[in-house]
Amino acid sequence: MTKKPRRKISSDILMSRAVLFPTVLLSMIFVYAFIIFTIYLSFTNSKILPSFQLIGIKNYIKLFKLNHWHIALKNMLIFGILYIGLSTAIGLFLAILIDINKFGEKLFRPVYLYPMAVSFIVTGTAWKWFLDPGIGLERIIRLWGFSSFHFDWIKNSHFVIYTVVIAAVWQVSGYIMIIFLAGLRAISNETIESAVVDGASAFDLYTKIIIPQLQFSFLTAFVILGHMAIKSYDLVIALTNGGPGRASALPSTFMYSYTFTRNEMGIGASSAVFMLLMIAIIIIPYLRMQLKEK
Amino acid sequence: MDIKKTIRMSKIAEYLIVFVMITAAVYFLIPLYVMLVNSFKPLSEIRGGNMLALPRAFTFAPWKKAWATAQIGVQATGLRPYFINSVKIVIPAVLISTLMGAFSGFVLAKWRFKGDTIIFSLLLFGCFIPFQIVLIPSARVLGVLRMAGSTQGLILIHIVYGLGFTTLFFRNTYANIPTEIIQSAQVDGAHFMKIFTAIMLPLSAPVIVVSLIWQTTNIWNDFLFGVSFGSSRSQPMTVALNNLVQSSTGVKEYNVDFAGAIMTALPTLVIYIASGRYFVRGLTSGSVKG
Repeated sequence: MTKKPRRKISSDILMSRAVLFPTVLLSMIFVYAFIIFTIYLSFTNSKILPSFQLIGIKNYIKLFKLNHWHIALKNMLIFGILYIGLSTAIGLFLAILIDINKFGEKLFRPVYLYPMAVSFIVTGTAWKWFLDPGIGLERIIRLWGFSSFHFDWIKNSHFVIYTVVIAAVWQVSGYIMIIFLAGLRAISNETIESAVVDGASAFDLYTKIIIPQLQFSFLTAFVILGHMAIKSYDLVIALTNGGPGRASALPSTFMYSYTFTRNEMGIGASSAVFMLLMIAIIIIPYLRMQLKEK
Repeated sequence: MDIKKTIRMSKIAEYLIVFVMITAAVYFLIPLYVMLVNSFKPLSEIRGGNMLALPRAFTFAPWKKAWATAQIGVQATGLRPYFINSVKIVIPAVLISTLMGAFSGFVLAKWRFKGDTIIFSLLLFGCFIPFQIVLIPSARVLGVLRMAGSTQGLILIHIVYGLGFTTLFFRNTYANIPTEIIQSAQVDGAHFMKIFTAIMLPLSAPVIVVSLIWQTTNIWNDFLFGVSFGSSRSQPMTVALNNLVQSSTGVKEYNVDFAGAIMTALPTLVIYIASGRYFVRGLTSGSVKG
């Protein structure tokens, strides 16, 4: 259209632009204009309502002085590392098992994956009461005769973040398994057969031949888990509500509480901008790579 | 690659693998089992007994209470009205976002133009943003549109933030359909809408199912938008469940919480069981843009 200015624009091209337009328009407003608006707010003295009075980077300075934010970042780091590490390990392990067992695909895959179909609020509720020392796991083990068994992490400010890890890993491992399963299925038969002919043991076959070929699945798993770790909100709300106190706060709960309950919208906006930056660092290189490959 | 046929394993190794797989299955099923058995127990049996034990005095009372009379927020309505709210949000949001995604996926795959990759990249990035970055302006815009606290407002929000995924699903499917089919239809005089309805749609049944399932699961399970933009007349099921579980007034009724949790999980679980293959396809194409 742009190269030959006098050419008649066909009604088909017009029609195609017309049906694409609403999607593009809505996304430009609700994603990109809104991001710009929130970035702008993060440089203003907005309190309960948006204000347009710019105050420079004061919100960011305040944000990084807040103990609440430090806790949230530290928790995100602990949670993120364990969540990514454990889910990747479990996901890969289960994928390998499913791949070599004839019942795997039909019988076990659906069982390992069903938590992904369930809301984080449901997961949080189930684990909240299952890990509750009064009625849950601690009591169960004690009833089995280990009367001094002690497990109160969910009520303990030092350990509560690990209970979030437990529930989150339970929910997402099946998803990561699916990613690795797809990777395993894409490995060519020849490489494996020639290794088997050469007399490689099953352990060597996996550690030296198969797993090194799963680089792309590892990258995908890392990107999915990394961005989910930064965004995590629902699960921690249902499981611990950020508590006890603020011991299991995450950037997402911090943002919500500063923006909507403490009426410090400027600071809330700056924490949201920080979350976006962290996600962009993970996602943008990945998307660029994916789109280039085409 | 079928490794099952390549690797020779001893019987012991095979049994060991099955044992590990069963152990893993138990681990994944425990939370569901705990919710299920305890939702049929009277409260005294949970407080005085073992959470893993089967109910001795089997009762439906917690289910009835969770559904119809439990205190949610300030009203003793049970979860029923919120279940209905979720249905009212999910159906239109899923249908509209899927339809829009089908159109935009078709155009981005087969009606290429300068800058289409940039538009697609921008739509894709929108799938991954932390929604905290759009909460404040969304609240303002819903207010301006007089949609604050309404079901319509939540429908709009879910349509908008689902478009990236639905477009992705359809674009990737349509990209694999040979362009020659479309060109020969054009030669025969078929126009845009005719090509879409007569050629593309009949080939789209699987991707439509993927999109419907993905969107239904995501929107049904949403909490952040529901809690931010819902009011007591429009809040979805997840928000009501959280209110029920977090409420600190009176005796804590674990059995009612568990019954409510299962009710919240049931619709998406049923979809998952009925169409796991498409659920899996959504998960893989939602991550691997291949």
